[in-house]
Formats: sequence, C-alpha cells, structure tokens
Amino acid sequence: MIRLERRPAPSRAWAWATPLLAVLATMVAGGLLFAFLGKDPLLVIRTIFWDPILGEFAFYYRGQLLVKAGPLVLIAIGLSLGFRAGVWNIGAEGQYIMGAICGAAVGLAFYPLEARWLIFPMMVLAGGLGGFLWAMIPGILRTRFNTNEILVSLLLVYVAEQILAWMALGPLRSPDGAGFPGSRNLRHYDAAANHELIAGSGMHWGVVAAFIAVILGHVLLSRHILGFNIRLAGASPRAARFAGVNPGLLVLTCLGMSGALAGFAGLFEVAGPAGQINIDFNVGYGFTAIIVAFLGRLHPVGILLAGFLMALTYIGGEAAQATLGVPAAAIQAFQGMLLFFLLALDVMTNYRVRFDVRARA
Amino acid sequence: MLKIITLAAAAAMSASLPAVGGSHGDGPVKAGFVYVGPIGDGGWTYEHHQGLLAVQEHFGDKVETVYQESVPEGADAERAMTQMALQGADIIFTTSFGYMDPTINVAAKFPDVKFEHATGYKRADNVSTYSARFYEGRAVQGHIAGKMTKTNKIGYIASFPIPEVIRGINSAYIHAKKANPDVEMSVIWVYTWFDPPKEADAAKALIDNGVDVVLQHTDSTAPQAAAAEAGVISFGQASDMSEYAPLPRVSSIIDNWAPYYIARVQAVMDGTWESVDTWDGIGPGMVEIGEITDAVPADVKAEAEALRDAIGSGEYHAFTGPLNKQDGSPWLAEGETADDGTLVGMNFYVEGITGEIPN
Repeated sequence: MIRLERRPAPSRAWAWATPLLAVLATMVAGGLLFAFLGKDPLLVIRTIFWDPILGEFAFYYRGQLLVKAGPLVLIAIGLSLGFRAGVWNIGAEGQYIMGAICGAAVGLAFYPLEARWLIFPMMVLAGGLGGFLWAMIPGILRTRFNTNEILVSLLLVYVAEQILAWMALGPLRSPDGAGFPGSRNLRHYDAAANHELIAGSGMHWGVVAAFIAVILGHVLLSRHILGFNIRLAGASPRAARFAGVNPGLLVLTCLGMSGALAGFAGLFEVAGPAGQINIDFNVGYGFTAIIVAFLGRLHPVGILLAGFLMALTYIGGEAAQATLGVPAAAIQAFQGMLLFFLLALDVMTNYRVRFDVRARA
Repeated sequence: MLKIITLAAAAAMSASLPAVGGSHGDGPVKAGFVYVGPIGDGGWTYEHHQGLLAVQEHFGDKVETVYQESVPEGADAERAMTQMALQGADIIFTTSFGYMDPTINVAAKFPDVKFEHATGYKRADNVSTYSARFYEGRAVQGHIAGKMTKTNKIGYIASFPIPEVIRGINSAYIHAKKANPDVEMSVIWVYTWFDPPKEADAAKALIDNGVDVVLQHTDSTAPQAAAAEAGVISFGQASDMSEYAPLPRVSSIIDNWAPYYIARVQAVMDGTWESVDTWDGIGPGMVEIGEITDAVPADVKAEAEALRDAIGSGEYHAFTGPLNKQDGSPWLAEGETADDGTLVGMNFYVEGITGEIPN
C-alpha cells in the first residue's frame, strides 16, 4: 500500500520541482480538456505557451507580457513578505484600487498644467500612499482590536470598488464626457501619463518598479534584519517574540509594504495601460497576485518567473480564444488547474511517498 | 484638451468626409467581435453572438468570424482588438460602452481596419458607432408593468448610471404612470452588466419590498429565476429569455443586431464602408418586442401592441410632453418630443421617480 510520511524538513528539491511539474500536469490535463472540446490540444497549448513568445506576432505579445506581468509581480512581491511572516493580506485588489484613485486624483487636480517633473512623481507618491493607508485599516484593526486581517482586508476590496464607482461617476468624472462615467484619459495628458518608455516595448514605469521590487525584495529577505524577522515570525512566532520582534509593528510593516506596492501598481496601471478611472478599472490583479506569490514559492525570483507564466496564460489564452475559438471558461479552468496541481503536488514538499511491500497479515 | 478637440474635430470631419474603405482582396472578409460577457449569458452578449452567427450564415465562405468573450473593459480590451487586427481582421465590432477609448486607441493604429463600437459616442474615420433605441421597448414594458402590478410597486434593476440606462428607467416609468397613476418605481443600482448572484440579490431585495413587477437592465437570467420563485412578473432583457415564459417573463426586449452586422460586413466587401452613427429602434427592427404571453389580459396585450406599432411607425415618440424633470422644472411642453441630443446625454430623472441618480 502507499503511505505518506512526513519529511523531517521540507524538501528543497521538491519545493522547486513542484511548480514545473504543476505546469506539465496542467498542460496534460488541459490538453485533454481541449481535446474533449474538439480542438487540437497541441495547437492550443502551442498558441498559449509558444506563440506569444516566439510566434508570428510575438513582437506585439512580448510587450503585452510585460504589461500584464508588471502589476502581478509588483503586488505579489509585497504580498509574499506578509505571507512569509504569517500576515495574510487578501485585499491587495482594494489597495490597488485606492492607489489608482489617489494617484489619478493628484494628476487630475493639476490638469492641464504641463509640469511632468512635478506631477508624475507626486502621483506615484500618492498612489503608494493610497494603497498604504488602505492597508493600514486591517493592520490597525488587527493590532489594536485583534480582528482578523484576512476578512477585513478582503471586505475592504468591496468598499474600494464602491468608492471607485463613486469616483468614476462623481468627483473624478470627466467634464468633457457628456455625462458618461469615467475620468479624463490620463494617457492624453502628457504630464501625468505613464507612457511606454520605448514605443511598442510594453516597458512602462510600473514594469521598471516591478523589477526594482524583485531586487529590493531579495536584498531585504536575504540581507536585512527586517527580512530575518519576517522569516523568523513566519517560522516560529514565539521564537520571534523572544528575539525581540515586536509582533504588532511587524504586522503593520508587512501590510503597509504590500499595500504601498499594490497602490503603486494601481497608479502605474491607471496612468498607463488603463488610462482612466472607470467603474470597471480593476480586473483582479490583486487576487491573481496571491496565486503568483504562491506559485513563485514566496521567493522574489520565483515570483518574477511566476508572474510571467501567469501573464503568458492570459495572453496566450486570449489568443487561443480569438484564433481557435476556445471558450473563455475553458481558459479559466486551465488557469485554475495550474493552482490546483501546484497545491496538490505541494504535498511532496512536506511528505514522502512510501510503498509498503509487506502485505497485511 | 487639445487631444479632445482633435478627437471632436475628427468625429465631425468623419460626417462630412466619409472615409471610403479600400476594395477588398480575394480572401474572405474577416470580422472580429469583442464581447463583454460570455456568449451563454442569455442576454446582451448572446444576442451579439447571434448577430455573428447570422453574418456567418449569410455570407458562408465569403466571411471568416472570430470572437473573444468576457473581455474586461480597459487595457485587456485594447489587446483583444489589437490581436484581431494583427491577425487580419477587416472589421471589428466592439460591443460594450466601456470599449470606447480602447476602440479609438486601437483604430488610430490600424487605419485600414474598420471598427464598429456599440453604444458609444466617439467616432473616427475608421470608427462607426451604433446603438438601438431600447427606450422604445421600455415604453411597452412600462405600460404592461403599470397595468399588471397589484401592489402598485414596480422595481428596476439598473446596471450603471449612464444615459442609456437612465433613458430606459424614464421611459418605463412614464408609461407605467400613464397606465396606472398610483404606480411607484424603485431602482436598484448593481454596477455590473453581468453578475448573476448580484442580479438575483437585487431582484429579491425589490420583491421583499413589495414589488410585484421586476424590470432589468442587466444581462443574465438570474432575475427571471428570482421572479419565478417569488411568483412575480418579469421581462426578458436584450434577449427573449423565452425559457421563462409564460410566467414570470410576460414579454421582452430583443436586440436584433443581425441585419446591421450583415449590412456592415457587406459594406466592407463592397468597399463602401464609411463612418456613420446609427441609432435604430422598433421601426427598422433593431429593437423587437418579444411575444406577450397569455398571462397578460387580452386588452392590455392589445394596448401594448398598439403602443409598439405607434412607436414603430413614428406616429408616437416615447418621450412626448408634457414632461417635467424630477426637480419639477419643465422639460417638454405639451406635444413636444425629446431631441436626440438630449436623449444621448440624458442624466436626469423625470418627475415622479423617487431617489437620486447616484454620482
């Protein structure tokens, strides 16, 4: 019979192998799904994983991969710090929205002043601050009243969505929009626009910020005392307390950093790819980033790779829809499989499989 | 500001200097469709997809169609359109209001591709807009609702406070009030086009407040199911939703995009495509009234059909004075009808509706 036996310590080899195996298993299971839908599974998988990088229109898709992966990586880096310390910020989507609103509001307040050196940096700061403050709500409620930050941060997403709708219809609505919802398009206002740094490359300031976050995240975790405290608190809260870690301050720091990074992501998105504050501005980056953080093993470099993989399934998935007629729901199921197989295979990190040859007496 | 002026100028120019599409080569014309919901929503997107299928059937081998469903409004929509354009689409239909800026942006990069944006107001040399006068259908629904309610309370599930939705609310209310002076209408804003649980909750909240006729301006059939469970009356939206007939669904507004889509694809084939603004109603058949079931008394049914025919023939306009705005200020004098300019930007309730338009 087959038994699972707990490993004395998590296997490092399995920790890095499971994401790759999960991707392979997803390809196999997804291929079966596509075959049942009457599509050529190899063609669909090639369209999703190969064409966006090396196919005929890769010149366009490569840039789009950056656009899609940028906010995911930026948010996931922030989340991973908290997740490592056992601080569960599930509401990055709300912090992302609030960052976008605060940043866009600062930019729109200066319209039509052309002073990019002043306006754009202020918008970036306001974006980070908006996300930071929104994350402080669950943070302070947890440290002062011991509420559960998972619930509070999640529910604040829905509050943020309502504020977003109010902003799009009220205070930030474009005066030239004939009564329709939505702010002015920041991409049409050069002092506030987060344009591509090289036309057609997809590289904008948000992507740059994501790469910087990866480097700083890595340095923080491996070289800085705060990173040590985070890892220690995650591994053993009691030991952390003996080591002099202030648990309340650590909660606030983790939530604050993840909130600020989500806020930056929101600002760069609203001033760049999205262009305007609108009711449907948020499309779930804050939630997908949770998957990215775990897929990347809560490690900055892993998150970078996971962010690109996730972006690939989005971009390639859209291409499979538009060119091969694969239903959107099948693509979503395909993305869901990825997380499912990752979690399932994660068992191997902490357990080993034992085959008992002795038959039962 | 300059950009907006340029845009307005481009839109104005497109009216006087039509851009004539180039003659098409030998291969099939490729038509792309970008959808905001899933094609199985049973409402808005379903009907656009019926339009795609009609195009495919009408032209057969001469046309190739592609579509992408559940595309979020914003950066993702731009990518969906760009992808279609790169892969050789000749004409792309973008079927949600929120695709307006993305459509304009992508159209600027692909001057040879024709774009058709539903329900928006920004046009360019290669961007047309089209919409249907849904408010005409709302008048018929309002009349039936006013006659059918026993509690004198009717409810309206509204999506977003944009002019298109506000027009529908006003039109339904005006005609419900005409049919039944005691009627009151409650509006719930759900801020979504398609979210079945949210729509069902809104329907239940209305019904709990004594509403016995539910109108919806959202795309799923969830409110129909909620109405069926509570034993109240509802109307199909965007699509016939006839699976809920004869009760709760007593009638419906059907968006019939097929003739327009076929005509526009034909124009691309002939090289006669030009940027236009189309706003058709019951008369040209873009808005249809789904069968009024036997749950509605014969006299009410006859009145509703007469109203439909009068609107269709142009003999009656759904917004005919005397009408005041909600604050009591006069809007239309006796016999005066609303002009399209006011209707396109409608951002006020008519007198008698309680509550405020959120902003």
